[in-house]
Amino acid sequence: MTERIPILRMGQFLLVTIQVDMHDRLAMTLQDDLTEAITRTGARGVLIDISSLDIVDSFIGRMLANIAAMSRILDAQTVVTGMQPAVAITLVELGLELPGVRTALDVDRGMTLLRRAIAEESGTHATSDDEGRDDDDDAN
Amino acid sequence: MSTPSAHVASLLEQFEADLLTDWLREQAAVGGRLVGMLPEAERREQSRDLLALLRRAVAEAGDEVRLDRQAWAGLREFLGNVSRSRALQGLSPSETAAFVLSLKQPLFARLRTAARGDADQFADDVLYVTRVVDALALHTTEVHQKGREEVIARQQADMLELSTPVVKLWDGILALPMIGTLDSARTQIVMETLLQRIVETGAEVAIIDITGVPTVDTLVAQHLIKTVTAARLMGADCIVSGIRPQIAQTIVHLGVDLTDVITKATLADAFRVALRRTGQRVSELSGSAKADAADAARQ
Repeated sequence: MTERIPILRMGQFLLVTIQVDMHDRLAMTLQDDLTEAITRTGARGVLIDISSLDIVDSFIGRMLANIAAMSRILDAQTVVTGMQPAVAITLVELGLELPGVRTALDVDRGMTLLRRAIAEESGTHATSDDEGRDDDDDAN
Repeated sequence: MSTPSAHVASLLEQFEADLLTDWLREQAAVGGRLVGMLPEAERREQSRDLLALLRRAVAEAGDEVRLDRQAWAGLREFLGNVSRSRALQGLSPSETAAFVLSLKQPLFARLRTAARGDADQFADDVLYVTRVVDALALHTTEVHQKGREEVIARQQADMLELSTPVVKLWDGILALPMIGTLDSARTQIVMETLLQRIVETGAEVAIIDITGVPTVDTLVAQHLIKTVTAARLMGADCIVSGIRPQIAQTIVHLGVDLTDVITKATLADAFRVALRRTGQRVSELSGSAKADAADAARQ
């Protein structure tokens, strides 16, 4: 049995937290699992938390960008949260600027962002599950 | 006929006191500031020690003038210390070198007397002394230069540490006022400090203020864009403020694309945007409350 990164389902979202050192095989498996899970569950949003990821190489960087782009194509709003400075610098140096992917500082803010994005997308400002600090819609 | 080095060594031994007197007089004639800054007694002591070390080195090393050899180590070190201390006192390289070079005159005079008309011997001796003294003078200049460079390097390091303060402007808003010329080493440090502080404080907006930056070139602009992109990847927004007219012109002339970066003319404008982004507002108090607050502030 190969090592896997768990994909958790929370309502209409999928939650992926990367808590271990990413290696190439693991990243490939995650890519397969996540795309499969999105189509199976019809998830509207994907949150990828990489706050425990301290270093990335060019391959993992590209895989992150790919995974984010793929879930975007499968019509799930994607938020990457908790990226460490070193990882951010590496990605920028590699030219992987994750276009079209939303980012947030931590999971909490990522969730808020995701809810708002989906509310906006569906055209209804469903504020029932929006909390507190998001009355700045007009600013974005 | 003895070798030049043996000749010079015996001369140094024989006329040590006379040479010292002559040399000190020569120093007084050459270097005005050198003599003024150093007490007579200290200068005399330094000169005497140097002459003694020179005699030992010449006797030991023979005709080979190579300062990197063991025989010259003592003299080299002593001269290095003298030179370094003079560099710190603010003497110029030529003034420091003049201290050593002024030894030529008295030595030549002694050699001439000692040669007693033997032109070949005299020429050899003079050539030898010239090589020795020149090598020593070069060494002092080099050490002097190195001393200065160390000072500069230290100041640069100090500046790097001082020049990257990341300040908290408001809840969730960081500001980074940049002052002075940006080179890539500095910008790199700025970038890392800012991103680190974003993680530590969880701030959603960071304002980079470049009011105090005199010039922006392509490299600096590139670094700014990288910083902004990296901050975005981490989930924070970056605003660049304080772009002066000349810098705006330069950026456009250089063809740098800043369309993905939010830019504002002043820090105040950027702060306003930042407040809106974080869903906060600073507002003026109404009539009576204003007067109360003013009173409270005065106390």
